[in-house]
Amino acid sequence: MHLILFFLFAGFCLAGAINLLLQSHPINSALSLIVVMTSLAVLYLLLGAEFLAAAQIIVYAGAIMVLFTFVVMLLNAGREERTLGSRAARIVGFPAVVAILGVVATIILHAQGLGTAALSQGITSTEDLSRVLFHDLLLPFEVTSVLILIAILGAVALARRGDGEGTAQK
Amino acid sequence: MTIFEFFLWSLLKVAVVTVVLLLGVAYTVLLERKLVGHIQNRWGPSRVGPFGLLQPLVDGAKSFLKEDLIPTSVYKPLYLLAPLISLGCALISIAVVPFGAPNIGPKGMDLFQISDVNIGLLVLLGVTSIGVYGIALAGWSSNNKYSLLGALRSSAQMISYELALGLSLVGVVLRAGSFNLRTIVEQQATKGIVTWNIFGGFQFLAFFIYLMAAYAETNRSPFDLPEAESELTGGYHTEYSSMKFAMFFMAEYANMITVGCVATLLFLGGWTSPFGDLIPQPQNILVHALVPVFWFVAKVFCFLFLYVWVRGTLPRFRYDQLMNFGWRILMPLAILNIVGTSLWLAYR
Amino acid sequence: MNSFLVQPVPVSWYLLLSAALFSLGVAGFLIKRNLITVFMSIELMLNAVNLSFVTFAHEWHAVKGQIFVFFVMMVAAAEAAVGLAIIIAVFRARATLAVDRIDLMKL
Repeated sequence: MHLILFFLFAGFCLAGAINLLLQSHPINSALSLIVVMTSLAVLYLLLGAEFLAAAQIIVYAGAIMVLFTFVVMLLNAGREERTLGSRAARIVGFPAVVAILGVVATIILHAQGLGTAALSQGITSTEDLSRVLFHDLLLPFEVTSVLILIAILGAVALARRGDGEGTAQK
Repeated sequence: MTIFEFFLWSLLKVAVVTVVLLLGVAYTVLLERKLVGHIQNRWGPSRVGPFGLLQPLVDGAKSFLKEDLIPTSVYKPLYLLAPLISLGCALISIAVVPFGAPNIGPKGMDLFQISDVNIGLLVLLGVTSIGVYGIALAGWSSNNKYSLLGALRSSAQMISYELALGLSLVGVVLRAGSFNLRTIVEQQATKGIVTWNIFGGFQFLAFFIYLMAAYAETNRSPFDLPEAESELTGGYHTEYSSMKFAMFFMAEYANMITVGCVATLLFLGGWTSPFGDLIPQPQNILVHALVPVFWFVAKVFCFLFLYVWVRGTLPRFRYDQLMNFGWRILMPLAILNIVGTSLWLAYR
Repeated sequence: MNSFLVQPVPVSWYLLLSAALFSLGVAGFLIKRNLITVFMSIELMLNAVNLSFVTFAHEWHAVKGQIFVFFVMMVAAAEAAVGLAIIIAVFRARATLAVDRIDLMKL
């Protein structure tokens, strides 16, 4: 069962990622990325990380990618154009990527002592997760909240066109 | 129980629940038309069947038989995908909702819930947040300015109110200490109506926030700006006709029902009776199984009634009012509720 | 048939999938010419790394690995908010999203 589910959703992941590369319209790329993210959530469930699976759906697929599609719709971004830069990137990029994949894959396949994952084995409950998060790692948690606050302020400052520089340009 | 029995059993439950939900959707539409009719001093649909009770069937047949127009300038793949996403997400979320008391099926299986998930509440929120894509893609792929405006409005509105919605539920989760919907219900159902979260748990503020956010999430009046007919013709479904339009329509009402189910489970004691133990438990096994379902359905019905009542009473908000209300009033109130609840739980 | 149904999956397969997704993300980052799609490739890489974090957390029964994913998600959310705001600002200034045309520091 685990095997079937793994192959199914790993297949979805890879298909979505490849489609992200092949599509020339940003909205299609965004949708394939959503497919990747939701399939990853299922893989997290298979690995027993149930809270992370839900967070993956809610945060990544439900919030971040909505923001992406929102921006694509707002800017009405059309098909991308092939330029000289893309040809150069292709010539250098593909061999480099294949090399990276080859190196990493050999390391993983030669690694000793990696176990197996089966269904309903080692499920991390939300309680365990929150105990570690709010006891051992409280300071990093609070620091991330400051980070989020700074990000909000930065986004507001960047996107604002009111009495600041925006009017000066007009 | 072998795995094949499990599959068969689950499929059966899925089929039954889907049929019941779709029937519920059809009759919610009728309920709305009848109620709004009476509020506006009309009769509502009254010609087909006694009291117009067969109207949903006729409506369904009509939308099936209408010509299915696809405008030439739409972006076809997404145009066809969008209603499927909308309706799919609306129907999936019912899968984690428990309608009745646990473990009364044969072999101790759950008869009144498709799947009992540890993170049931999060699954509900996740599926709802995916549902935004249906509307956003419909508006964008239609290649029509009204559709696009409606879609942009609705995605902004749904993202904004999702925060308030999620935060309003945190108080309840804090009290129950679990995301499991059954645990949440059982925690608040010890003594009937006095221990429901909305009264005994002092979550009425959270319930108010949830109510407002739920109206906005389902794009219902008074926050139905995405389909405001006076300014946007039809909003995101302007270019849709026939069964595709009906799918959006069904998704909207299915979402209403889901939102009602969540309100019932989290604030109104789920399937338990409001009288607690005052009424003796019935001895007959069938009655024993069906009484909780009756209470559940009754509570959801009250919630839907409230929905329609509000629609018949309140005018539509303006867009800036909507955003102000969401960010400046509901969000701070929700955070206040979380702080209050956690302080109360800590120093009780 | 029944043994097939309960057969476990080697952890290394998950890691291989993660590596493949990461490489696809790198490839996307290199060949895509649209600012938004380039940004999406970065998100894909982050997701691939998350998968390997979760896999290792499962392998060594360490909850902290999952917490790390949690932090990555938060950082990704912050990054998306700021990044998309920058993209909108760039689009306003130059009316294009093609990375090859955004090559001047000053207009």
